[in-house]
Amino acid sequence: MKKFTKILALALVVAMIFSFAACGGTKDDKKAVKIGLICLHDENSTYDANFINALKDVQKELGLTDDQVLIKTNIPENDACYTAASELVEAGCTAIFADSFGHETYILQAAKEFTNVQFYHATGTMAHTEKLDNFHNAFASIYEGRYLAGVAAGMKLNEMIASGKITADKAVIGYVGAFPYAEVKSGYTSFYLGARSVCPSATMKVTYTNSWFDIALEREAALKLINDGCVLISQHADSEGAPKACEEKGVPNVAYNVSTISMGPNTAIISSKIYWAPYFKMMYEAAVNGTAVPTDYTGSIKDGMVQLTELNTAVAAEGTQAKLDEVKAQFEAGTLNVFDTSKFTVKGETLTSYMADVDSDDKFTPDTEVVANGVFQESKFRSAPYFDLIIDGITEDTASIK
Amino acid sequence: MSKGTKHNHEPLIHITKRGNVSEGKAWGIRILSIVFSLLVCSVVIILLTHYNPIQVFKAMVTGNFGSLTKVRSLFQNLAMLLCISLAVTPAFKMKFWNLGAEGQVLVGGLASAACMFYIKDALPNAVLILIMLVTSVLAGIIWGVVPAVFKAKWNANETLFTLMMNYVAIQLVSFCIMYWVPSGSAVMGVINMKSQAGWLPNLFGQKYLINILIVALLTVVMYVYLKYSKQGYEITVVGESENTARYIGINVKKVIIRTMVLSGAMCGLAGFLLVSGTNHTITKETAGGMGFTAVMVSWLAKFNPAIMVLTSFLIVFLQKGAGEIATYCRLNESIADILTGIIIFFIIGSEFFINYKINFRSKHKEVK
Repeated sequence: MKKFTKILALALVVAMIFSFAACGGTKDDKKAVKIGLICLHDENSTYDANFINALKDVQKELGLTDDQVLIKTNIPENDACYTAASELVEAGCTAIFADSFGHETYILQAAKEFTNVQFYHATGTMAHTEKLDNFHNAFASIYEGRYLAGVAAGMKLNEMIASGKITADKAVIGYVGAFPYAEVKSGYTSFYLGARSVCPSATMKVTYTNSWFDIALEREAALKLINDGCVLISQHADSEGAPKACEEKGVPNVAYNVSTISMGPNTAIISSKIYWAPYFKMMYEAAVNGTAVPTDYTGSIKDGMVQLTELNTAVAAEGTQAKLDEVKAQFEAGTLNVFDTSKFTVKGETLTSYMADVDSDDKFTPDTEVVANGVFQESKFRSAPYFDLIIDGITEDTASIK
Repeated sequence: MSKGTKHNHEPLIHITKRGNVSEGKAWGIRILSIVFSLLVCSVVIILLTHYNPIQVFKAMVTGNFGSLTKVRSLFQNLAMLLCISLAVTPAFKMKFWNLGAEGQVLVGGLASAACMFYIKDALPNAVLILIMLVTSVLAGIIWGVVPAVFKAKWNANETLFTLMMNYVAIQLVSFCIMYWVPSGSAVMGVINMKSQAGWLPNLFGQKYLINILIVALLTVVMYVYLKYSKQGYEITVVGESENTARYIGINVKKVIIRTMVLSGAMCGLAGFLLVSGTNHTITKETAGGMGFTAVMVSWLAKFNPAIMVLTSFLIVFLQKGAGEIATYCRLNESIADILTGIIIFFIIGSEFFINYKINFRSKHKEVK
């Protein structure tokens, strides 16, 4: 027993010695506006990492303490989200952001209860119809980023064709999607249109994992597509499953949200991403100055919310950067539209009219005409995407739905 | 030492079984084990992070008791975990390894969600809630009794059977959500947000209070049922020895099926409370792994419902504390998982020290 007492005493002493290293930052006496972030997973998910890193960038840039930037991770899409929001309110946050689609209805509940706190929600669809002063949706015209990433992919396909590695008709892209949902469909369509703009013979196969985050399933889906003859893979799912599978098989990969060069130094080409820092800054400034943030905000290339990560020149085809700069300039000048209806067909027909379900209702009724002036007006009527058509050249592998 | 030996080849350490340990001493050992586990945690925190362990422990406490919302959420989570733990207990006591609580809870929740989705506000809320309760309990019973019948009739392995039923339940939920939400987002969201049809009302203005009271009542009932009722006694006998049970005229098959009906029904009830009284939606994660955590809660409490209040509190406390550490110390929740692992390891280990005594070779013993 004496020995135990000794160990106990020793451990206590050690604990005391370290007691100066306090947890959390010191309190700021200045105007201590607090921002809260609610994440579905933690930084192990590329999707959530994209939000967490952007907020940390903002924290650094504005010189905020850890006490002012509270991040809640692994918050599921149920009542726990409401609880997390309430706890952040109690902790003094006046601007709270939730990152997952399924958080929306719970954040809305919190917004109705805590009217003096501003709530922000990514990918949501309800703000423009709920019309609350303190509930906002935000997304970005990521279809432009996807298109650019697609251009990089198309350049790579052209290189493979030119080098004789594949024939033009074998330029098949594989795409690992999460769910057959507009956000995913809009994303892969713009990616494909970008690729086809430089490699006209490109076609694409889409397979779904039916999960936003499942390392094993995403890996499996990528391997399946590679086995089926896809020579380049891209994905809209949140783990490292697909990029790592590509690295293993030596198949080029174009990613989303974070740079995957470290996961696949020999296969990662580029990623498109939504950079949330400009929006977080808007939130912070609104909290400090009392200014209003638009109810439904769509970020763009211009405001820096749509970005491309670093191009991996070791993998990308020659001249990719120059081509990307050229296309990007066209977006900035407004001379290029991703969903130009003259550039694609649906079941062999040019799209002249489409009613989309823009305003959320129980029955998912299509309510808004979204084709105008020869362009499918994506993200014009609300920030969250609503392009959910399957265009010619893309085949969905419905058998993959588990 | 046996009489004939000349020399003592006594090992450095040997283990002997303790006789009856007094309750006080047993609790002393348990408390000591928690103290030791906290010390080991402190060392781990210091080695792996640059934080002060006291601050980390403090964050765990404030994560549970720091505000009204936190306390409310603590009791709500405690109630749900306890409810499912109580549900699996009679089966476990009977040595029927029901690993299917997760699925039984899910189908219970799914039944409630389906009622909310289809009936909406067409019926008075009280009637709708009653229908939800009945369908949820029935769904839980079906999910629980199928493996029980197979076990009773053909001696099918209930561990695998109940486990597999979980996957069927998860896929069933997936399918229903896909079917109900044509946009493909796979998110139901809050059902009947405007009408609040099928939502359990707040009692005295407090969220979750009904859930908590129902589970509190259930705890008492389960305690009495297991300890004082004839059926509870039958469960114990079947658990100890099926042959003895048969010998004294207990219908073992009947007891197995009856107990699993009870277990499934309570899981179904938990599903109802999670959907109607908590989340107002259904997702694949509605049971959130509690069906498995409940197994540990029930075992740690040695199938005693009163102690289960403590063990489920411990688990929920650690979980909620973990979240707080992640937020306020900017540590990944993985570190909290490590700490939880250490603490539970010590607590389970303490049972060994309660039942057995470790003897060190003592120098003085040689002189006889």
